[in-house]
Amino acid sequence: MTDLLTPRAIGQSLVRRDGVDKVRGTATYAFETDVEHPAYCHPVQATIALGRVTAMDTAAAEALDGVLAVLTPFNAERLASTEDAEYAVLQSTEVAFRGQLIGLVVAETSELAREVADGITVTYAEQPHDSELRTDHPGLYAPEQVNAGHPTDTAEGDVDAAMAAAEVTVDHTYETQMLHNNPIEPHATTALWEDGSLTLWDSTQGVHPDRAAVCEVFGLDEERVRVVCPYVGGGFGSKGNPHANVMLVTMAARALPGRPVKLALTRQQMFFLTGYRTPTIQRMQLGADRRGRLSAIAIDVVEQTSKIKEFAEQTGVPARMMYASPNRRTTHRLAPLDVPIPSWMRAPGECPGMFGPEVAMDELAEALGMDPVQLRIANEPDVDPDTGKPWSSRHLVECLREGAQRFGWDSRGPGRRREGDWLVGHGMASSVYPTMRQATSTASIRFSGGRYVAEIGAADLGTGAWTVLPQIAADALGVDVADVDVAIGDTRYPTASVAGGSSGTNTWGSAIVQAAREFRGKYGTDPQDGDEASGDVDQAAMDDAHAAYAFGAQFAEARVNADTGEIRVPRLIGVFAAGRIINPRTARSQLIGGMTMGLSMALHEDSVFDTRIGQVANHDLADYHITVNADVGEIEAHWLDEHDPYVNVMGAKGIGEIGITGTAAAVVNAVHHATGVRVRSLPVTLDKVLAGLD
Amino acid sequence: MDAQVTLTVDGTRHQLPVDTRTTLLDLMRERLGNTSPKKGCDHGQCGACTVLLDGQRQLPCLALAVAHDGAEIVTADGLAPAGELHPVQQAFLDADAFQCGYCTPGQVCSAVGVIEEAGRGWPSHATADVTAELSPEQALTHDEVAERMSGNLCRCAAYVNIVPAVQQAAGVQA
Repeated sequence: MTDLLTPRAIGQSLVRRDGVDKVRGTATYAFETDVEHPAYCHPVQATIALGRVTAMDTAAAEALDGVLAVLTPFNAERLASTEDAEYAVLQSTEVAFRGQLIGLVVAETSELAREVADGITVTYAEQPHDSELRTDHPGLYAPEQVNAGHPTDTAEGDVDAAMAAAEVTVDHTYETQMLHNNPIEPHATTALWEDGSLTLWDSTQGVHPDRAAVCEVFGLDEERVRVVCPYVGGGFGSKGNPHANVMLVTMAARALPGRPVKLALTRQQMFFLTGYRTPTIQRMQLGADRRGRLSAIAIDVVEQTSKIKEFAEQTGVPARMMYASPNRRTTHRLAPLDVPIPSWMRAPGECPGMFGPEVAMDELAEALGMDPVQLRIANEPDVDPDTGKPWSSRHLVECLREGAQRFGWDSRGPGRRREGDWLVGHGMASSVYPTMRQATSTASIRFSGGRYVAEIGAADLGTGAWTVLPQIAADALGVDVADVDVAIGDTRYPTASVAGGSSGTNTWGSAIVQAAREFRGKYGTDPQDGDEASGDVDQAAMDDAHAAYAFGAQFAEARVNADTGEIRVPRLIGVFAAGRIINPRTARSQLIGGMTMGLSMALHEDSVFDTRIGQVANHDLADYHITVNADVGEIEAHWLDEHDPYVNVMGAKGIGEIGITGTAAAVVNAVHHATGVRVRSLPVTLDKVLAGLD
Repeated sequence: MDAQVTLTVDGTRHQLPVDTRTTLLDLMRERLGNTSPKKGCDHGQCGACTVLLDGQRQLPCLALAVAHDGAEIVTADGLAPAGELHPVQQAFLDADAFQCGYCTPGQVCSAVGVIEEAGRGWPSHATADVTAELSPEQALTHDEVAERMSGNLCRCAAYVNIVPAVQQAAGVQA
C-alpha cells in the first residue's frame, strides 16, 4: 500500500499542451521531418500468397534518371539477425503472405519512386496457400503461452459435469471479425544514415523499444542510433512494435549514406504490413441455477496466426476473472495460416474476449427471465477467481448501478418496442482491463532557468502524455504545473517503456515521481540551476498481493428499422472505475474514443478476407468502414471517484483501452432486445438482422 | 513531364515547375514544406488533407497541381496569423475535439467550410426539406453538423466533441 500523492495539478482539466500546434497542423509527424533534400521510397509487394520470387526485372528501373536505388532480395544487405521473420526483409526469396515486402525503390521524387516500383516485373514460383480460419483446421495447435505471458489454457473443477447438472445453460459460438488498427497517420519514417550513425524519425508508440529492435536486426550499438517521435498520429497498438517497413527504410538509408530518405506506407499497404486483430471463434458455455448463480464458465477460442511469426491473442483471459464460478475452463488454439502477421490492436484479449462472454451472459439472463444487470451482480466474485488474490479495488457493481441509473435502465421493459418504423431496444455489458506497469522506465528531472524539466522517452499518441506527465511531476515536486516542462519522444531522454497495455501513465508517472523524490532528497526545495536527478520505475512500490483491474459498465440504445434492418445506436453510456483520473478532459476523450471504436467494431468494421487469394478484399478506407461523425449519437463516459492505494503512487489505472471492451456486446444485446434477433457474429449488419425479423 | 504553375498557399505566392502527376497535397507537403494538410489515404477517403481551395473545402490529394494554376489555398496553418487562433481552432481546443491531432487540420478546415456553407443556406443529406430556406441555425443542428463533417474520419473518435466545437465556433446553440 502506498501513500497517494496529494492531488493539486492531478485532477485538473488542463488543455492539451500540444493543442495549438495540432489545430494549426504545425505539430511535426515522422514523414514531415524537415530534412535537407530528401529522397522518397516506394515498396514492392508480393502478388502471390505463398511461394518464391524467381526473378525481378529491375534493369529498366535502375536506368531511369532520378532513381537512386532499387533494393530486392537479390541485392539487399544481409542483416545481423533474421530471428524475427517479420523483420527479415529482403533476406530470402520466399513469400509467406500476399503483400509481403519484396523490394524498394528510392528516387528523387515520390511520383517517380511509385512509378518505378509499380513497373518492376516479378516472376514467381507459386504454391497453393492456406488462409482460411476454421475450427476444424488440421493444423490447430496450443501455443506455449498467449499474448502478455498468460497461460494458454486454464481449468478448475469440472465444467462438463457442471453443465450437465445445471438448471439453465447457454452453449453458443460467437465470432469476432478481423480488424485493422488504421491510425489516420500511416506508418511512416524519415531515416538518415550518416557517419555510421542512424537517425529515425519514426511514428512509434515507443522510441526505445523501436531502437532496440532496429539495433538487433542491423547489429548496431544503441549509442549509434537515435529514434525521434514527438507526435504519433494514432497507433492503437499497430505502432507498438516496429513493423517491416521500419527495417526496409533503414536499409534504404544505409544504401544512401548522407541522404535522408522518407517512407510512408500507403493506406492499402497498411492492410498487409502493420498488424491486425485476428478473427476469433469463441465457443462459450455458461451453466447456472434458477437464481442465476453460475456453476460453469468455459470459453474455447480458435483464432489465427501467421506461419512465420506467432501472435496469440489472449481472448479467453477476461473470462478467467470476471465472474465467480466453481467450474471454469479456458483454452486457446491457433490455426497457422499463410496470412499477414496479426499483432496488438487496442485491448488485445479483452476486446474480443469481452464479446462472447458478455453476449452469453445476456442470453443466460434471457433464459432465466432475469435482468442482465442483476445477473452480473449475482455473480460478483469476492476475490480474483483466477489467482485467488484479493482485488486492489473492484467497483464493477457500482459502475453497473450508476450506469443503469444514468441510462434509465429501469424503464427497459420486455423488449420489441416499436416507435414508428423503428424497433427500439436497450442492452448492456461489462468492461474490464488489467492495470499494468512495465518493468523498465527512467525519468530525470532537471532544474533549469527557474523551471523544472522532466525528461523521459515516452510517447503521446493522442493519449495526453504531453499534458498529463507535467501534472504528475508538479504534484511530486510540490510546485505549480505551469513551472514544469516535459521532454518526451526521443531516445536522447531516459529509457521509457512502450505506450501499450494502458500502462504509460502508470509506468512513466511512477518513474517521474521517483525522480522528483530523488531530486528533492538531493537538492531540497531551493535547487541550483542545472541540478538533476533521476528515478526508475523499479524503485516504486510494487504490489503483487492484489489483482488490479479497471472495471466498467456500458449501456446502449439500438434502433433497428423494421423494414430495412438499418441499425442506429443513438445513445451509449459508460461508467468506469479506473482509479484516480489525472486529467478529466483528456481522460474523457480517451474513454469516448474507445467506446466509439467499440461501436465501430459492433456495426461497421470488417476486414473481409478473400481466402481464394489470401488478402483483405476491402483494403482501403472507402471499403473498410470506420464509424464516422454521423454514425454517432450521444456518447457519455463517466467515472467513479475511486481511490486505489495498491496500484501506484498516483492511484491511477489505465484508461486507453477499457473503453473498447464490452461495447460490441452491449450493442448486440440492445439489437436483440429491440428485435429478438441474436447476432453472434460481428459486425452486426442489416442482412444478419433482417434474416431474423418477422 | 513538368509544367509551370503559380499558386498562393497561406498568403505566400509560389511559382514553380511541377511534375504533371503531382497532387496539390504532395506539392504542398513535399515541395513547399507546408505539412499542415495531412496525408491519411491519398484517395479522398479520409479527409485529413482538407484545405480551403479558392474558398471552398477540397481534398488536395484528389487534385492535380497542374490543373489548379492560379489557385488560392488556405491550410489550417493559414487560418490565423502566427500566435493567434481562428475561432474554429479555439473551439477545437476548448472542446478537446481531437487526440492524436493528425486528422485535426483537415477537420478544422472542413469545419470552416461547413460554417460558410451553412451561412449560404446550402442543404445536406440531413436536411429534411432541401427546397426550403435554411437558416444557419437550422443548418448547424447536431445532426446537420455530424452529417456535414462525416467526410473527415477521426480514428481517435473525437466526434462527440467535434460537433459542439463546430457549433460553438459558429455561434449557434449546441
